[in-house]
Amino acid sequence: MKELSLNVLDITKNSVKARATLIHISLVEVGSLLTLTITDNGCGMKPEVLETVMNPFYTTRTTRKVGMGIPLLMLAAEQTGGGVTIVSRHEEEFPDDHGTTVTATFHTDHIDFTPIGDMVSTMETLIMGSPDIDFAYLHDRNGARVELDTRQLREVLGDVPLDSYEVVQWIGDFLREQYSAE
Amino acid sequence: MKSLAELAAIRDKMKDKVVLREGTSDTRIVVGMATCGIAAGARPVLAAFVEGINNEGLASTVTVSQTGCIGICQYEPVVEVFQPGKEKVTYVKMTAEKAAKVIEEHIKGGKVVEEYTYNTAVNA
Repeated sequence: MKELSLNVLDITKNSVKARATLIHISLVEVGSLLTLTITDNGCGMKPEVLETVMNPFYTTRTTRKVGMGIPLLMLAAEQTGGGVTIVSRHEEEFPDDHGTTVTATFHTDHIDFTPIGDMVSTMETLIMGSPDIDFAYLHDRNGARVELDTRQLREVLGDVPLDSYEVVQWIGDFLREQYSAE
Repeated sequence: MKSLAELAAIRDKMKDKVVLREGTSDTRIVVGMATCGIAAGARPVLAAFVEGINNEGLASTVTVSQTGCIGICQYEPVVEVFQPGKEKVTYVKMTAEKAAKVIEEHIKGGKVVEEYTYNTAVNA
C-alpha cells in the first residue's frame, strides 16, 4: 500500500464485514511513535480464527483463497520496527461485549515508514460505503486533534443519510479544515 | 470553520431530494474496494465517479457503490457498470481520468469505452 490511510481503509472494511455498528479509528502520534487503533463492536473472532488472520493464506473472501489485509498492515508496521496486535471477543462467548481491536505501532522516523497519506479520503470512502455504521475518528498529532463522530452528525441530520453527496462533502471539508488549522 | 448549523442547512435542503432518489436509479456503477482494489488505486477512482456523477447532475438516475473483490485482482481497479436491459460492462485498470471519460462517453453518451474494458484487456 502506498499510504497507511489505504491500510486503514482496508482493515476497517473487516469491521464492516463483521457487522459492526460502531467503529473507532484513532491515530495517536507521540514524538516519533504512531499508534493506530481500530476498534469495532462486530461479531469478533474465535481464538482459532484469530490465530490464522495474520497468515496470508487465510481469508474470509470467497473469490479466492488468499487474504492480504492484515499481513500488509503487519509489513507496514514491522518494517519500521513496530508491530500489530489483535484482540478479539467472539459473540458466542461474549454476547454482550464482543468485537475486535487491531492495534498497530509505527516508528515514523524510520526510513521505511509509509506516510499516513489522505485520511480524509479514507473516512469519506468508509462513510459512503457504510452510511448506517457510526464512525468515531481521532487523529492526535502531539496534542493537535482532528476529530469526527458520525453519531453527532446523525443527530443533526435526522433522516438525511450520511452518504448524501453534500453531507460527504461537508465531512471532507470539516476534516480538512481541522487538519489545516494546526 | 465548518459548523453543525451548516450541516442543518444541508439537511433542510436535502429533505425533498431524498424522496426523489428512492427507486429511480437506472444505472449502477460498482467499484471493487477489497484489498486488491484499494492497493491498486481504487479509492481515487471511486471518488472520481462520485464527484463526476454528482457534478453532472446525474445522481437521481445513477448510483455509485463499493463492493468487495470481483475476482480479477490483476486487473484492479475494476469498475462494473450495470444498466437495465444491457449486458454488464467491466472496466479494468481504471484511473480517475478514465472514470471521467466513462462518465462522459458511456454514462452520458451511451457508448461503451471499449479500450478500457476487460474484454479488450484480455484480448490484447
